[in-house]
Amino acid sequence: MNNDFALTESTYYILLSLYEPQHGYGIMQRTEELSGGRVRLAAGTLYGALSSMSEKGWIQLLPGESGGRKKEYCLTAQGLLALKNELDRLKELVANGEKILGGNDNG
Amino acid sequence: MAERKTIRKWFWVWDFDREERWLNQMAMQGWALAEVGFCRYTFEKCEPGEYVVRLQMQKNDPDYVAFLEEIGAEYVGRIVQWIYVRRRAEEGPFELFSDTQSRLDHLNWIARMLLAVGLMNLVIGVVNAFSGNAVGAVNVALATLLMYGLGRIHGKVEQLEQQRELTE
Repeated sequence: MNNDFALTESTYYILLSLYEPQHGYGIMQRTEELSGGRVRLAAGTLYGALSSMSEKGWIQLLPGESGGRKKEYCLTAQGLLALKNELDRLKELVANGEKILGGNDNG
Repeated sequence: MAERKTIRKWFWVWDFDREERWLNQMAMQGWALAEVGFCRYTFEKCEPGEYVVRLQMQKNDPDYVAFLEEIGAEYVGRIVQWIYVRRRAEEGPFELFSDTQSRLDHLNWIARMLLAVGLMNLVIGVVNAFSGNAVGAVNVALATLLMYGLGRIHGKVEQLEQQRELTE
């Protein structure tokens, strides 16, 4: 499955957070940390995104330690590909922006 | 045990945001939602503004409730498809949705529910009408009301989609 669509910011950060296996709360913390506190995932948003991404095959549930209530998720090969495609797209956006507006901060 | 009071009040499903505002006004006045029932809200005394209350249409899912509890929210209760949660304000801003896409998904889920129940009532109403049963009129009236509600939800969807135009 190639992704012709841009990922939403939430999707991008959730996938990025799952580069290492995380449980739900871990994803929230990692996303907040990566974005310098800018992106705070709300519980319903994250939960819905996790189930859509599982359906798409981008992430999967780790075989849980029995008795553990917290579900841990990890990225699949497909999820990693989606993330890399998005990174390429973002690089193109940044490169073109810098080329035209100038890379200087005072631009 | 904290002082309690029960208020009977009715909100239409499509006014869920007004319902949530009211519950938070109650919390600001020092009454935290403690129990929910059909048209019944029970509050317990709290410090004014101690809690933030949220509600969401969500199918019965113990994992989601466990997850909410993990992030410090308390599950207050459920009425049919709606869950009510609260969290201490000192734990920071508390929202259930943080982006436009998930807000739209939530509204569309509500719209699907209204449509399903509305159509069911319409069918029952028409079948009853043809078999000469006057009760069918009640179903048709209910279906009409639910279709009105569906229109209200679509209004909210359009508003969000307009906001999303040109931005995420």
